Amino acid sequence: MSEVITLAHGSGGTLTHELINKIFYKHFQNDLLDSENDAAVFNAEGKMAFTTDSFVITPVFFKGGNIGKISVCGTVNDLASMGAIPKYLSCGFIIEEGLKFSELERIVEAMAETAKKAGVKIVTGDTKVVGKGACDKVFINTAGIGFIPEGRVTGGNMAKPGDKVILTGFMGDHGTSILLEREDMGISADLSSDCAPLNGLVEKIYEVTSNAHVLRDPTRGGVATTLNEIASQSGVDIKLYEEKLPVRDEVQGICDMLGMEPIYMANEGKMLVIVPGDVSEKVLDAIRSHEYGVNAEIIGDVLESKSPRVLLKTYAGGTRVVDMLTGDQLPRIC
Amino acid sequence: MCLGLPGRVVELSDKKCIVDIMGATRQIAADFIKDLKIGDYVLIHAGCAVSKIDEDEAKSTIEIFKELEEVMHE
Amino acid sequence: MNDFLKDFRNPEISSMLNNELSKYKDRTYRIMELCGTHTMSLFKSGVRDILPGNIKLISGPGCPVCVTPNYYMDNAVKLAMMKDVIVTTFGDLMRVPGNGKSLLEAKTDGADARVVYSPIDSLKVATENPDKKVVFLSVGFETTTPIVALTVKKAREEGINNFLILSGNKTMPAAIELLAMDKDVAIDGFFYPGHVCSVAGTEYARIISKKYGIPGVVAGFEPVDLLYAILELVKLINEGNGEVKNLYGRVVRDEGNLDAYNTMFEVFKPCDTVWRGIGNIPMSGLELREAYEAFDAWKVFDLKQNIDEKINGCICGEILKGLKEPSECPLFAKACTPNKPVGACMVSSEGSCAAHYKYGRNKNV
Repeated sequence: MSEVITLAHGSGGTLTHELINKIFYKHFQNDLLDSENDAAVFNAEGKMAFTTDSFVITPVFFKGGNIGKISVCGTVNDLASMGAIPKYLSCGFIIEEGLKFSELERIVEAMAETAKKAGVKIVTGDTKVVGKGACDKVFINTAGIGFIPEGRVTGGNMAKPGDKVILTGFMGDHGTSILLEREDMGISADLSSDCAPLNGLVEKIYEVTSNAHVLRDPTRGGVATTLNEIASQSGVDIKLYEEKLPVRDEVQGICDMLGMEPIYMANEGKMLVIVPGDVSEKVLDAIRSHEYGVNAEIIGDVLESKSPRVLLKTYAGGTRVVDMLTGDQLPRIC
Repeated sequence: MCLGLPGRVVELSDKKCIVDIMGATRQIAADFIKDLKIGDYVLIHAGCAVSKIDEDEAKSTIEIFKELEEVMHE
Repeated sequence: MNDFLKDFRNPEISSMLNNELSKYKDRTYRIMELCGTHTMSLFKSGVRDILPGNIKLISGPGCPVCVTPNYYMDNAVKLAMMKDVIVTTFGDLMRVPGNGKSLLEAKTDGADARVVYSPIDSLKVATENPDKKVVFLSVGFETTTPIVALTVKKAREEGINNFLILSGNKTMPAAIELLAMDKDVAIDGFFYPGHVCSVAGTEYARIISKKYGIPGVVAGFEPVDLLYAILELVKLINEGNGEVKNLYGRVVRDEGNLDAYNTMFEVFKPCDTVWRGIGNIPMSGLELREAYEAFDAWKVFDLKQNIDEKINGCICGEILKGLKEPSECPLFAKACTPNKPVGACMVSSEGSCAAHYKYGRNKNV
């Protein structure tokens, strides 16, 4: 096998087969995939969830993971946020010619490992190779199917006054960590992406209540943007408490230095969980019993509203609005 | 235009100064601070130390508040 | 220092200070803050929200980005579009439009504009791109300008000859004095800019306050700093002596930072300059001295400084002087938003209008 991927590897001939066998089939081994057919075939019953996401992250390899890991986590988490048990994933690769085989293998290995951890199978896929510059090393699309057990209904429009808002751990790790790697700000920190599959954690929630109103992972735009979306969809106010927001010191320090706010930084291994007030404590305990939820906190309340917005009660005791993010945060000195 | 925050000096030589800000570290210019030592706190703005933070002053300011609090509760 | 920061964010102390403040019910107090970071901190910390209603906070022209004229950004974009030029800038300037596009918008047309955290980082860009000219957009007051001066000196010492700056720096005292003498503005007390004073010292503040009988406080930026400063200022206003108290002693020495101050004036000299929304304030600007001509982008690229046109409906000038509130501007939150700013006060994230938009717009719905 050559060292780098060339256009010929995408042309459908022997080189393509070699690529698929030596990398994809080798790591993604399962009965559905091994049938080597054009589509995966399986039986299905009941309510299903179906989602897709494309991943173009730069850098492709980062502290805490790589584009492969995140492509599995992202889709698994989107399914989990509908209360679904994720089952099958597809993956489509668009590879820039010149990508090293060893790099692709690292990415695919990470996907296989993460899929195993999440209990999902990657059952079908596609590979294309494009010319230099037509994409940035590799782009991955994953689509996923999950099955929703009876009685589970969640949605962005289901938050009710009286509910509590839980965040499953420290906010802003992913966004801040990637910022350090991507931009040359000269800042060092013991920080990595929090990228993780959260379906196991979501099942812990359902062990103690069948009544989770909203589950959503605060990715781009951070906790602030996701809660603004939910507030708007549900027609409620969400009031957060500054002293309850879980943030690592390093993330706060870096954001303070650059004039940014952790509440707007992306997360790839956290869930916002909105549940009725009377079950919030036991849901919090259930989340904290899971490895990805040890630092969970109840961060706010859902309130009635005539004009939905997200508010923050500050250390000083005042209340201010937490707006939606407009454009990317940029480092500032003012 | 005054975003500034405290950092603790963790490395210091002729050529460079590295500060720790709540666990994150960065090299900064310390040309404007005399008699800097490791362990000192400086105010950092745009990658440069503009002032040495007087910890005694900080403590005495907090003392004033604590005294005010006591007076109020009497 | 984590403990100190915690103390200065302590909710109980904040509450106690605010209770003390509420005892001063007798009259309205009009306090002008002169630092954009104070404007932001007052909003972000929620202090603005809990202050008693008779304490009126007015945001003055303390944001150097807001008072940068249109022609400066037009020239910045012009430079960034040049094939052999890289523009480096603080993130604050990326979204600011001049008469035309902002740098961020111009990037989609191929402009090479890069955000740096520190002006000194520009030198690395310059050494890595020896065949291009690297121009740093130098905007800021006394806190920031010494760092630019240091960068220019380092460039000279290290023989980095492809580095230049586009100077738009300003100093605060003349602008503050203009406001102090303006009878329409009617300020009872000044919130002096804490970090500017860490470099420039407190003497200029004491002189202005005494001359115009307007007391002031040099304030820090944490919630407790802010409340303490407002409380002490209210007391000073009642004393009526035009005194200034330095309440940020942990950072500000009365003599300032002479090394930083002197370095600034070694490289820069005062000049007249236009403040967007206000007009020309004599000797309030800074330009490079002749000895540093080679680093001056205005000269090397032969760029022009034009007077701004007035924008219909925009009342930034009155807002910067504290005569009107953002909500009184017909364009606020309609034609003029942070995404599409029309006037100076909306362009910077800490401009008065931007701060009101982000933190206060929906507050009392």
